[in-house]
Amino acid sequence: MRTICFYFQIHQPFRLKRYRFFDIGNDHYYYDDFNNEEIIRRIAQRSYLPANQTILDMIKSSEGKFKVAFSISGVALEQLEMYVPEFIDSMRELVKTGCVELLSETYAHSLASLTDNEEFINQIKAHDDKIEMLFGQRPKVFRNTELIYSDDIAAVVASLGFKGIITEGARHILGWKSPNYLYTPVTAPKVKLLLKNYKLSDDITFRFSNYSWSEYPLTADKYMNWIASLPEKEEVVNLFMTYDTLGELQPSNSGIFEFMKALPVFAEEKGITFSTPSEVLAKLKPVDVISVNVPISWADEERDTSAWLGNVLQQEAFNKLYSVAERVRLCDDMRLKQDWNYLQTSDHFYYMCTKHFDDGAVHSHYSPYDSAYEAFTNYMNVLSDFIVRVKEQYPDSIENEELNSLITTIRNQASEIEMLKKELTSAKNNNASAKGNKTKEAEAEAKPAAPKKKRTKAKEEGE
Amino acid sequence: MRALMFGWEFPPHILGGLGTASFGLTKGMAKCGDIDITFVIPKPWGDEDRSFAHIIGANTTPIVWRDVDWNTVASQIGSTCDPQLYYDLRDHIYADFNYRYTNNLGCIEFSGRYPENLLEEINNYSIVAGVIARTIPCDVIHSHDWLTYPAGIHAKSVTGKPLVIHVHATDFDRSRGNVNPDVYRIEKDGMDHADHIITVSNLTRNTVIEKYGINPDKVTTVHNAVEPLSPDIMAIQMPRNPKEKVVTFLGRITMQKGPEYFVEAAAQVLRKTSNVRFVMAGSGDMMNKMIRLAAMRGIADHFHFTGFLKGKQVYEMLKSSDVYVMPSVSEPFGISPLEAMQVGVPSIISKQSGCAEILNNVVKVDYWDVDAMADAMYSIISYQGMYNQMKVEGKREVDEIKWEYAGAKVIDIYHKVMQW
Repeated sequence: MRTICFYFQIHQPFRLKRYRFFDIGNDHYYYDDFNNEEIIRRIAQRSYLPANQTILDMIKSSEGKFKVAFSISGVALEQLEMYVPEFIDSMRELVKTGCVELLSETYAHSLASLTDNEEFINQIKAHDDKIEMLFGQRPKVFRNTELIYSDDIAAVVASLGFKGIITEGARHILGWKSPNYLYTPVTAPKVKLLLKNYKLSDDITFRFSNYSWSEYPLTADKYMNWIASLPEKEEVVNLFMTYDTLGELQPSNSGIFEFMKALPVFAEEKGITFSTPSEVLAKLKPVDVISVNVPISWADEERDTSAWLGNVLQQEAFNKLYSVAERVRLCDDMRLKQDWNYLQTSDHFYYMCTKHFDDGAVHSHYSPYDSAYEAFTNYMNVLSDFIVRVKEQYPDSIENEELNSLITTIRNQASEIEMLKKELTSAKNNNASAKGNKTKEAEAEAKPAAPKKKRTKAKEEGE
Repeated sequence: MRALMFGWEFPPHILGGLGTASFGLTKGMAKCGDIDITFVIPKPWGDEDRSFAHIIGANTTPIVWRDVDWNTVASQIGSTCDPQLYYDLRDHIYADFNYRYTNNLGCIEFSGRYPENLLEEINNYSIVAGVIARTIPCDVIHSHDWLTYPAGIHAKSVTGKPLVIHVHATDFDRSRGNVNPDVYRIEKDGMDHADHIITVSNLTRNTVIEKYGINPDKVTTVHNAVEPLSPDIMAIQMPRNPKEKVVTFLGRITMQKGPEYFVEAAAQVLRKTSNVRFVMAGSGDMMNKMIRLAAMRGIADHFHFTGFLKGKQVYEMLKSSDVYVMPSVSEPFGISPLEAMQVGVPSIISKQSGCAEILNNVVKVDYWDVDAMADAMYSIISYQGMYNQMKVEGKREVDEIKWEYAGAKVIDIYHKVMQW
């Protein structure tokens, strides 16, 4: 029994506006609203909405046999809620069919997993809360930003109680092994790993409408034949891609939606099923252990993190950003926390990549900047302003630890005061009732006692 | 293959980028092998590097037959010219130029610079070219910049060999649009007669096609390159003040170079931070205006003028800098950012300069976009990562821009025009 596991990533960053150095300290709004709105609406119109409709049709026409998983970043959700609320509705409808699983990830689509575990964990929780609030489903399977994965990350994720992790079937990790089985991380034996079959995934993502590709045109029939003709024992084919593959990377006139629609029919012919990641995890057993010392991802030929942290620019920006992480967590200024999330989004670092100066294409295609240097300058200006704001929260001269204990003391003081107040009230009440008894007695004796009683009442009300 | 080149400047006696570029290109072509280059300049000084090309001075080429003996020739011009060459050239005088002013050897004097009577000197140069073209056998003729186009045309008509002209700049670049009609005529004439035109950037190529109405098929871009730095320049150490950054403009202070945008950007940066100094190195007709502008913006205490720098001073200035800025309004190529990158100085260049077409590890801004320019300056002096990345990657990048590659492209073009 062979099964296909489809998973789509939905993510859009809050792109920064042009922020000059003389804005530092003066302007605390960082985002290019016009551009962000324009892009999310465009992609939703061309891709997300028609793709949702297609998948809904597929689920209905296959009577629930077609299944699929999504991971939607928190920052993308915020933008979709703001600019394309109909998408949230259409997603809810999809989730209602029971054939759709939502995955966990970091709220900001961030790189926190590479440097700051506390932040990483906070963001996973924040993201899952948001998903549960919007769609009523708590994610059980984790996938990290851009499928970044390592042994250390696996251990952290396992400690949060996730049963499965999705990552890249990177060739340099797998060697001769096939991605079409379940594996388990060396650091967390109870967790199962789903590995992306990058060859079959990229056939759709990058090559589907490429005229110069020897397999062009790709039909559903042919594609299913490839999957059917894999070695017999291989159990699961993981097709992971970014959702805008449907309609944006591969425009609708390339026939991508028709291709998708035809898949379940041919799958059934060949006896191939569709499953959500959770179903795969429940059904299948891992065949081997995998160890990943240096983080991998699904980006570029290298399949490592060099697309975000490969050069000096990216490293400086990254280190500067996380140098204030603890301070931000200590404070409770809502706007500051929001900016903190938005600034962590991995895309900002992707724009600073200099790997592809020569053959350009992929990185520059998505970047709002002309060059990596421009991206860096703009980001650093914003970050400088952000750091100034963080430092304004608490004086710089106090160490984090000291500050932490001070804040704890203050918080403790608050609860202590609360407690004391309660005590005081109850004591007073006791006192008052005792007095009340007395007053009654006094009342019986003489009338002038009345104003005294009134005063006591007023006091009580004041409390 | 034998190439006859006409140029105006040749290192070490140079006034602008033209000499450096023609020198580098010739040397690069020589490295590609199987080519014999004769390079004609108005006035050699005798200390030119002759290892890769035969240099002939226009001022030692007779155009009037004078009966002089070997010793006279040797004593008078022996330092720059082989006396035998003088006699060979004398045998090919093709007309009676007695009405022209010549010296006792029958040669015309040249200044080798850009004198008042430049047009006359250009004309004289072309007369001399006729004698040289008749004497020196060649397969292709190559003229560097408009001053030598008439000479090239003349040589072509004498020999019937194909003419390649090399456009290092056009008058549209030099004048911000107010073209001198005489210069335009000479340029247009050269382009019309050329079998092929080489431009130093696509920017210039477009100017040639659009403003001079030339068929795009015969215009090819060959970007300039840089000579590797000599060890004694690499060894220069400059004292640095770690608390202060230096941002430098280096070049002629003229309209073409956009100095006023540099001053305005400096004023912006200084409003935000004070641990930076700005230097405007060079001289030119807008210098006094710039001094006044800096004073008007109230930044004169952090804005410095050095006057004209030459030779080693240029590199000393660059090595004391943290940022190099070239805000040129129109720059056919612009070699100086490449020189800055060679010594590891991050550069900001205008998008309107030709070198922007081939450089990646620089910041490119529109020359008029003072905000962007100031922002880039601030970024490089404030963010260590930016400085380091540009310094290291910039040097690596520029070290790969070699004259050999440019030379090979030019030789390809020769083959094409000779239909070999």
